[in-house]
Amino acid sequence: MSLFAYGTGFWLVLVGIFGVVRSRNLIHSVVCVSVAQSGTYVILLAVGYQRGAVAPIFGPGSPPGTPVVDPVVQAMALTDIVVSATVTALLLALVIQVAKRHGTVVPDELHALRG
Amino acid sequence: MADPNALPAACVAAPVVGACVLLALGRLLPRWALDAVATAFAVVGLTVSLLLLHVTSGGRVVEWAGGWQPRPRLAVGIVLVVDQANAAVAALVFALVSAALLFGWRYFESVHAHYQALVLLFAAGMAGFTLTGDLFDMFVFFELMGAAAYALAAFKIEDPESVQGGLNFGVVNSLGAYLTLTGVAVLYAHTGQLGLPQLATALSGHGSDPLVLASFALICTGWLVKAAIVPFHFWLADAHAVAPAPVCVLFSGVMAPLGCYGLARLYWVVFHGVLPDSAVHHAFLVLGVATAVLGSVMCVTQRHIKRLLAYSTITHIGVLLIGVAALNSLGIAGTGVYLAGHAAVKGALFLLTGLLLSRYRSVDEPDLYGRARDHRLAGCAFVLGALALAGLPPFGTALGKSLLDDAGASVSLTVVTLTATAVTGGAALRVALRVYFGVGPAPSSESTSDVASGEDEEPDTSTPGPTPPTMVAAIALLLAGGLAAGFVPGLGPAAAAFTDQHAYVATVLGHAGSAVPTPPETGWTESAVLLGLLTVALAVLVAVAGLYVRRVPAWLRSGLTGLHRVHSGHIGDYAAWLVFGAAAFAGLLLLG
Repeated sequence: MSLFAYGTGFWLVLVGIFGVVRSRNLIHSVVCVSVAQSGTYVILLAVGYQRGAVAPIFGPGSPPGTPVVDPVVQAMALTDIVVSATVTALLLALVIQVAKRHGTVVPDELHALRG
Repeated sequence: MADPNALPAACVAAPVVGACVLLALGRLLPRWALDAVATAFAVVGLTVSLLLLHVTSGGRVVEWAGGWQPRPRLAVGIVLVVDQANAAVAALVFALVSAALLFGWRYFESVHAHYQALVLLFAAGMAGFTLTGDLFDMFVFFELMGAAAYALAAFKIEDPESVQGGLNFGVVNSLGAYLTLTGVAVLYAHTGQLGLPQLATALSGHGSDPLVLASFALICTGWLVKAAIVPFHFWLADAHAVAPAPVCVLFSGVMAPLGCYGLARLYWVVFHGVLPDSAVHHAFLVLGVATAVLGSVMCVTQRHIKRLLAYSTITHIGVLLIGVAALNSLGIAGTGVYLAGHAAVKGALFLLTGLLLSRYRSVDEPDLYGRARDHRLAGCAFVLGALALAGLPPFGTALGKSLLDDAGASVSLTVVTLTATAVTGGAALRVALRVYFGVGPAPSSESTSDVASGEDEEPDTSTPGPTPPTMVAAIALLLAGGLAAGFVPGLGPAAAAFTDQHAYVATVLGHAGSAVPTPPETGWTESAVLLGLLTVALAVLVAVAGLYVRRVPAWLRSGLTGLHRVHSGHIGDYAAWLVFGAAAFAGLLLLG
């Protein structure tokens, strides 16, 4: 089970990067960046997962001492999501500007920066 | 004086507060007040980091955020650890930010408070990255400085090149950051720790198994991307070519070199003694030499002045990595001085280029031939900067290079660093002589499709009339800083403390300290001066050759064309190179 989760996470990271490599559309590229980042969420959560453990909140249903999943990786994943939202928004804004100024969003047709 | 333990957090918080103030009052305040507030907060940051530098001369300052002090066998807090080295880097960050903001006073025609706020957030990200002692924190600050930097690179949002450069920069750096995060996750899964000192303790029993090596390779990939090491370097030239000149100062001077700082910190605190020294040494050395060589070849064949300076930055970061690769305290001392000297000198050159762009609306070298004849003083400053870039004693670059050459203790390595820096210095000198003094025959200004020319670069602003005193002051201060970097006191002990893994772990986790290591000898030597003068002589030769040699052999020209074509400006290509580079780095580590 946990090997499967790790495998999924690494596969998502790699397939995201592969998507950027093969992309024919900048919006697709930015989404692929997000896919790669989603892979990191899966890896992080897989690290903290424990079979049979509950959410890391102690209360009436789960007194201190109950096995819980690791809250540290959840905090990390949350931080990661915030970062992702910022970066994706910024990159998409830049793609809109590229579309306006270059009149295309196909990476092969952008020739402004060479050499 | 205030509690020294409050200083590290203040150093990161000051610019964030400044950014908030600017964004809140941006619409109400007049332009001069915005600049004054921004510069004031940058100077506050500088003062705090200088105070830290003073305090850390007596030992490290350790601050556990939120009072989560470590208990025996248990440490869950996030820690800020400041020693002389990272206090000095933070001071450098804020010094450059102050200079860049000062230059910006009269440079930008119309900016809203966003620009200054972004610069301050960028500074906060860089300061946090240097001061933290926690791996995940490093990633967060890495992303913070990244996000601010992408926005700053694409600041001229109406300019087609600018948005494309910002996008390339953002995508490549984000992918690098995610590989780093993957590495952090693997390391956390393996050890259950995120703090650098805790990781060092946890790994010291493990030895080097494949998982540790993989996590080191993955984490380093992000730092290598930030440092623009070949083959992760493609974004840097694009971002520098399009960013406003004061932003280039920060990109070139500290942001990219911070990648090298990250590599050195990670290795010396966590992985020293875990991974075989020879493997890390070889991997860093191969990448450093490749970067220095490729950067200098690309630099000398540019006509777009900002791109030329950007490739020269790549060369110099390669030299920095060669210094780190020596894996001893002398190498760290050399790298530190070189970093400071290069930052100041390169900053001055970028600001001078910004002046050219605002006056003549071009950064194309053939197009500018002889046009800046009226500005002899700026020309002299450019020549001085170019020679300092090559390593003119007594600039910090000369001392740093001789120290890291001594640390590498290899003649062939000295030849590589000497030639590479001479070539980039020569290229900058060629630009200065051509543009300001009209030396040599007029170059042909026909454009080829494989090289960016910079003719239609959109100016950041226009400055008619004499150069404003704030701009002159910023350039003069940076050149003086480059000179001062050659005479930094306390360098040896700082470098010795940086490489002292046991003391770092012991101070942070509250164990008993160990013996103080002997600091390396870091003064000027006769050979340092001679080597510096030799590099300068070589740089002059390169410049003269660039000015007068008209015919290039066909085989060389086709080789260069191929090399330029590789730098395609295509995001997909850059991502492919990133994967290749990460695999190559892991392979180098495995081969040992």
